[in-house]
Amino acid sequence: MQLEFRGATVNFATGGVQIDDSQPPVLMVHGAGMDRTVWSQQTRYLAHHGFSAMAVDLPGHGDSTGDLVSTVPEMADWLADLIRTLNFGPVRLVGHSMGCLIALEVAARHSDVTERLVLMGAAAAMPVHPDLLGAAERNEVLAPQLMTAWAHGSRAHIAGNPTPGLWMRSGCQALLERASDGVIHNDLSACNSYEAGDIAGQVQCPVTVIVGSEDKMTPPKATAQLVAGFDEVELQHLEGIGHMMMLEAPDQIREIVLAALR
Amino acid sequence: MVEPDYLKFDTLSLHAGQEPDPTTGSRGVPIYQTTSYSFVDTEHAAGLFNLEQPGHIYSRISNPTVAVLEERLAALEGGVGAVCTASGMAAFHLACATIMSAGNHVVASRNIYGGSHNMLNLTMPRFGINTTFVDPRDPDAWRAAITDDTRVLFAETLGNPGIEVLNVPVIAEIAHEHGLPLMLDATFTTPYLMKPIELGADIVMHSVTKFLGGHGIALGGVVIDGGRFDWAASGKFPTLSEPYDGYHGITFAEEYGHQALSMRARAEGLRDFGAAMSPSNAFHLLQGVETLPLRMQRHVENTSDVIEFLEGNDAVSWVSHPSVSTHPDHELAKELLPKGAGAILSFGITGGREAGRRFIENVQLASHVANVGDAKTLVIHPASTTHQQLSADDLTAAGVGEDLIRLSVGLEDPEDIIADLARALRASQKG
Repeated sequence: MQLEFRGATVNFATGGVQIDDSQPPVLMVHGAGMDRTVWSQQTRYLAHHGFSAMAVDLPGHGDSTGDLVSTVPEMADWLADLIRTLNFGPVRLVGHSMGCLIALEVAARHSDVTERLVLMGAAAAMPVHPDLLGAAERNEVLAPQLMTAWAHGSRAHIAGNPTPGLWMRSGCQALLERASDGVIHNDLSACNSYEAGDIAGQVQCPVTVIVGSEDKMTPPKATAQLVAGFDEVELQHLEGIGHMMMLEAPDQIREIVLAALR
Repeated sequence: MVEPDYLKFDTLSLHAGQEPDPTTGSRGVPIYQTTSYSFVDTEHAAGLFNLEQPGHIYSRISNPTVAVLEERLAALEGGVGAVCTASGMAAFHLACATIMSAGNHVVASRNIYGGSHNMLNLTMPRFGINTTFVDPRDPDAWRAAITDDTRVLFAETLGNPGIEVLNVPVIAEIAHEHGLPLMLDATFTTPYLMKPIELGADIVMHSVTKFLGGHGIALGGVVIDGGRFDWAASGKFPTLSEPYDGYHGITFAEEYGHQALSMRARAEGLRDFGAAMSPSNAFHLLQGVETLPLRMQRHVENTSDVIEFLEGNDAVSWVSHPSVSTHPDHELAKELLPKGAGAILSFGITGGREAGRRFIENVQLASHVANVGDAKTLVIHPASTTHQQLSADDLTAAGVGEDLIRLSVGLEDPEDIIADLARALRASQKG
């Protein structure tokens, strides 16, 4: 599905299902350098289980056009404006990694468009290794390689893709390599410079946080610091799973997300 | 500077795609010799059939043993996914059928395996897909052959029979300039000698029967999806970028993006054409892949020894292999194939067709078969066997002279291979 917004095209995956205004909307927000396809194991399922599922490509990502947005708060403002302008809301927001920061900002500062949050690979601070930031700035293939290496749990580096025939590591790397020059650096810089403050305390809607025990990019300790700030939160722990949990453990994520959204 | 801590090639050859069996703890890959899989309930079944969730339905579409091989081959090639098939030719057909329809056109190297040439030249035209064959060494010929209907450029990493080395980065750039993917048959090189996706190829296929299996006991093929080609942006691939009624309006590129080809090839291609690999064959082929790095290293070493012998033998008029300094692609091979240019070579035997026939009849260790890439040394004289109906002029036009012997160097002790060749060469000259 493609919609025009602020003079640019916004692209969504909808699970191959037409958006139905009578179904509760779910908006899924991807992480740094990625796009809607990171939700490929959830979008179609949710679309056939009572939701209007929309996995969005942020501006300049995937098949969305438009200029990159350079800070997390500005990304959140863009998303909240999109939800209002296109009359989606209030929505259930599902975020991954940088998408979590965006979802948190939307929920904290645009509570009228946010009904509930589901966050995975989340932390209040996401400092980026300077070597990774440098490689991204130079648009080197090292940046996708490092992100891919750190983003998966040890099991995913060997096997375990439940979709027959797909190889998770190259899937992640190819996705990141498809990003246009500057995209990964833009997003990593946004994560690196983001200061959450007491953002969790400002969120009023129900929150579910999913943490992977082998997440190296947003380690469980960092997630715990974020979780401590919420008034009301449900924490789900996935053993042996890394940062790319919606692809590493798609069945578990589907179950948790479906239960949280209902 | 930090480096990505990936598992290395040799480790992936042994482990990729497999964990100890969760039910039995089996360390070896079990053979899941089953046609079908029990559904948890009707909702689970519906979800699988509708691509809402992953899993196995029926072994024509996927099978756990085959899936280990698929994941392993994708890992070794650096692809996002792989689909195994009943044979290499089935893989070639699956890839073509997934991205093309009637009215489309292929630009292909003229120096390819005879079976692939037949499919493109004789069979696919019956389904409205035509091919222009070009000299693989001539970039301008590739460019000139591309039309508005072209949908893929196809070649072999090492050609047949001249062992032409394809300049993959150059031909990939030509393809991409035209919004087209480059598909390569990498059977002769395997990912141990060359990783075509890293060089720019978009689809890689193999006859797994050959070096990947290495034992000559099981047929198989594979299509590997590089995941870097943007099917939607190209605008030329409606099977991937437009809604498909076969799964209630799904658009593969929208939902799966970089994995669209893998998903459609399985969901439609294996479902409808049915050229699936058997789990037993996948098991056998996995045993071969486990030792691929060791075997390919030995194949290359033995080939080097055999070439040195042949070049010094009076009954041999020429030797063609990219490692030989007179081969037209010698410098390119050093650049693209630093670990070696494979184990298949051809040489000219003094005395032409009759000498060739006598040579073949006098080898004892080498096997006279129409195959390559076995652990055992294989040999064939096309002029007295596969091409025996052709005249001398026709043979020359096909690039197969009357004197040409094709050798697939095996893993025997190189002294024994050389002794066998020496004996047969002596006999060939006693006509």
